[in-house]
Amino acid sequence: MKKIVIIDDEPLARSIVIEYLQSQQDIEVVAECNNGYEGVKAIIQHKPDLVFLDIQMPKINGFEMLELLDTIPPVIFATAFDEFAIKAFEANAIDYLLKPFSKERFNAALTKFLSKKTEDRELDKNLQKLLDNSDKQTDEKNRIVVKNNSEITIVPVNDVFYIEAYDDYVKIFTKDTYHLKKKTMNYYEEVLDPALFFRVHRSFIINLQQLTRIEPLEKNSYIALLKSGKKIPLSRPGYSKLKEKLGI
Amino acid sequence: MHKSLLKNQFQYSPKKILLGFIVWGIFWTLIQTLVLHRLDLEWKVAFIDACVSNVLLALLCYTAIIIYRFYQPGNGNRFYRFIYAFGITMLYCVVLHWTLNWILPSEISYLDFLNRSMPCRFVGAFLILSFVTLLNWMWNLLKDQKEQEERRNEAEQLVKDAELVKLRQQLQPHFLFNSLNSISALAGSKPDEARQMIQQLSDFLRGTLKKDEQKIVPFGEEMAHLKLYLEIEKVRFGHRLNIEINVAKEILNATIPPLLLQPIVENAIKFGLYGTIEDILVNIDAKSDPSYLFVEVKNPYDAQTHGAAKGTGFGLSSIQRRLFLLYGRNDLLTTEKSETIFSTRLKIPQLKA
Repeated sequence: MKKIVIIDDEPLARSIVIEYLQSQQDIEVVAECNNGYEGVKAIIQHKPDLVFLDIQMPKINGFEMLELLDTIPPVIFATAFDEFAIKAFEANAIDYLLKPFSKERFNAALTKFLSKKTEDRELDKNLQKLLDNSDKQTDEKNRIVVKNNSEITIVPVNDVFYIEAYDDYVKIFTKDTYHLKKKTMNYYEEVLDPALFFRVHRSFIINLQQLTRIEPLEKNSYIALLKSGKKIPLSRPGYSKLKEKLGI
Repeated sequence: MHKSLLKNQFQYSPKKILLGFIVWGIFWTLIQTLVLHRLDLEWKVAFIDACVSNVLLALLCYTAIIIYRFYQPGNGNRFYRFIYAFGITMLYCVVLHWTLNWILPSEISYLDFLNRSMPCRFVGAFLILSFVTLLNWMWNLLKDQKEQEERRNEAEQLVKDAELVKLRQQLQPHFLFNSLNSISALAGSKPDEARQMIQQLSDFLRGTLKKDEQKIVPFGEEMAHLKLYLEIEKVRFGHRLNIEINVAKEILNATIPPLLLQPIVENAIKFGLYGTIEDILVNIDAKSDPSYLFVEVKNPYDAQTHGAAKGTGFGLSSIQRRLFLLYGRNDLLTTEKSETIFSTRLKIPQLKA
């Protein structure tokens, strides 16, 4: 029996997936979710074999929801999303269904999933690439969705003081706290607005609005002082590029 | 000959026209030489006469065309052109008479013939110069028409492009495809509702396509159009979306440019629905005084979700732009956010007395 979770904010859109699934054997819909919050909970609880996922949903979208999961299940996107997103898919997609979709198209997607079942790892990698590409073009540029234990928080990028590398994760520091996120420094260097954020070190990206001073530490080594009092080391190329950026 | 000359003028440079004149001139010089010889002139005298006449005429025609290129005599009144042609013909006759007298001073009988033939030459030259003038006038007319047509085409293309952009903005593909998806879902389980929704969607789309953006419509008509849209959204989001409309009957006669209200409400619904996971309430209130119609649309707002959005940042800029184009004012659309409510306020000047 394969367990399936359907996540879509429109009940009718979920009902059509259920209807199309009725003729399939060995398949059970274990949860229907109205949004990404419910989706995260359901996926953690049920560990489904397959997720049907909409992209545009309340508060956090489908991509952001997937970012919150430690292990990403196989996903088939079902979305009316326009060309932009489709392009992102095309390179890496497991499969995506463009609403409205026919039963034939739906079955084809399902077959594709069933035959790929053994290459789960590959699937994950593809999906990760997809996630990395997709959210650069939506409003996620302006916010970062994080999850601490079971609590989901949306952090506006303006509230981010600096980002520090931490093994396979990054620590995203805000005024009072920090959030862990399984992303790379390169990812954030590319995604965040270069007018606002600057990579000053292999392990540090700072919010330029938080920068107050650049101080020498020793001969040929410098630190950036943030408004919060935090001192961030500057790498040699980081220091010269920062100087150039600030026009000094 | 005429037609090809006309075409040539249309397509070719002055150099080509000059070449045409030379060929033309040689042709007529030979003809004239033959004719004059038949009138008992010596071959040599006939040839000199023909050469001088035709070279002179060709030069004057060419000069006339070059002048017309930069200066159109009489701007529109055709008769001035003929007076102009008449003047050039006079000049031609005087110069011709003088030149031939200078070249052939000893040919007394020929000079006598020349004097007697002057009226004839005058008429001939006048006909040719008038003809060139006419051709030139027609050519200019055609050129003007062609230019005008090009301008018109360009303008039409611009309008079309603008309309396409407009369509793309209004028919939010997201809305359209999700609605079709809902219909697809209903078609299986509740065909009657599917049919009803197709009807509503069709009416809504037709209303969007039909409207002339330049005209101003009664507010009631806009509300009817809006209600079609709301019905569809209720099918999609009925479980979460609540709408409260508060519009007094007498306001329905106020006026508003078409297709302003629906995008504002669409915006409110979108940011309400996607900004929070709870049920939402969208309020639409309208009131009016003698000089303005006021519409306020309120939707729930979650500062956390939209924290980083700058300015209005809510996709209302195209409406702001339209209002500016229509009324030349930037204060007709305002937005305000409180902790939990986002309000969009629209103010439409009432032009009626």
